[in-house]
Amino acid sequence: MSTGKRALRLGIAGPVGTGKSSSIANICTALAEEFRIGVITNDIYTDEDARFLKAAGVLPEERIRAVETGACPHTAIRDDVSMNLLAVEALEEDFDPLDIVLIESGGDNLTATFSPALVDAQLFVLDVAGGGDVARKGGPGIGRADLLVINKIDLGPHVDVDVEQMLADARDAREGGPVLGVSRKQEDTVHALADWVREVHARFVKGDHTPVDPGPMAPHFHADEDAEGGGFMHTHEEGEAAHAH
Amino acid sequence: MRTRAALLILGDGRLPSGGYAHSGGLEQAIRQGWVNDVDGLRDFLRGRLHTTGLMNAAFAAAAWHSVGDRSDAEARAGSGVITSEVEAALAELDAELLARTPSPALRRIGAWLGTLLLRSMRSIHPHPLLEEFPKGLQQPLVYGVIGRVLGLDAADTAAVVLHEAVTGPATAAVKLMHIDPFQAHGAVIDLAADLDAAADKAAELGRGSAAEIPALSAPLSDFASELHEGDNVRLFAS
Repeated sequence: MSTGKRALRLGIAGPVGTGKSSSIANICTALAEEFRIGVITNDIYTDEDARFLKAAGVLPEERIRAVETGACPHTAIRDDVSMNLLAVEALEEDFDPLDIVLIESGGDNLTATFSPALVDAQLFVLDVAGGGDVARKGGPGIGRADLLVINKIDLGPHVDVDVEQMLADARDAREGGPVLGVSRKQEDTVHALADWVREVHARFVKGDHTPVDPGPMAPHFHADEDAEGGGFMHTHEEGEAAHAH
Repeated sequence: MRTRAALLILGDGRLPSGGYAHSGGLEQAIRQGWVNDVDGLRDFLRGRLHTTGLMNAAFAAAAWHSVGDRSDAEARAGSGVITSEVEAALAELDAELLARTPSPALRRIGAWLGTLLLRSMRSIHPHPLLEEFPKGLQQPLVYGVIGRVLGLDAADTAAVVLHEAVTGPATAAVKLMHIDPFQAHGAVIDLAADLDAAADKAAELGRGSAAEIPALSAPLSDFASELHEGDNVRLFAS
């Protein structure tokens, strides 16, 4: 995957309203002079996010494209990435060469993460206003995305959230994995986000980047009348056949 | 019966080829008040089966016939398994199908879904026929070549297209309407005999000249897709 011959594909996931689009706008604003960037948005309803980004003027309009996901934003980045993959490939072909393609997931829940078939790295966005306890909930995106962004940290005092505590909880949930507190009103935090993207891109180009799959699911329970205890708990370990849920 | 499992896999809605983002015109039909309840859904599905469903299935069968028996294609990898004659026949089929599809939006969607299906199958099951298959053709023609690649006969290939034509909207209905999901699937099961008969008929229609395939259009379906393009708040892409 990481041959550096095509663009770095970077996914941005996270619940609705946490600031995925504005994170993309921040990244584009900070890096547009340095890298040739393209953006694919996944909306639940039509192309709202693509229009937001076009209106923000952070990139030439033609380099921002929307994919409609038929009310299944989760499926479009995980189970069936065909639409997004084709959109990314078309964008790369039309604007060859691109350095980075950002793919924004349609806002979904805490379990939605990108398939390694679609992205090389992914960041997961939470926000302070969504509640200080969300970071503690863990899960694949929070726990194992390449980067966790806690967005809108300037709002902490207004929503009774102890930002430092939330960041500490997030670091615990990620067992030391990178966490960034970001506010678009605090320039140094946006720079830190841009630096992270620079680092991933540098690793990708050198061929040193190894995509990590956050894993789709936590251990879960299957009912089975014949089994002892009425069913069984399991995880989807590597090599285990997938099954429908 | 070495193709039975392949047939089921190809017809499975979970095959990753992007179809889940489309309602086959049902969303707009609901928006326009043409479909309101489970009886309306039944009528919608039956209409789709006997019009564009059967026609698209006939074109899939025609593409299946055009590609010809290529069971030796794998052995001849990389050396023009799609000859210029086959390419010309496919181009003619595509033109004939477009001529039966008045809505520009439906034509675009047909080409997009064909591209997605081809892109997915190239990864799922690499094969020289898929590698060399022309780009941008309508989805039913892509089903035709995939049927050949998987060793399905023409009627089974047509059956997949018909299956998709009714299960796509039926699955979307559950998200779009106040409807019991069991009833939505019941509406599909009720069409089982019709679907089988249509698959046989499509295989037969696909054997003749492309120009002779009837133009089984559904004008409201064309209107729906054009109206849908201008609709700013929609769950499904079509």
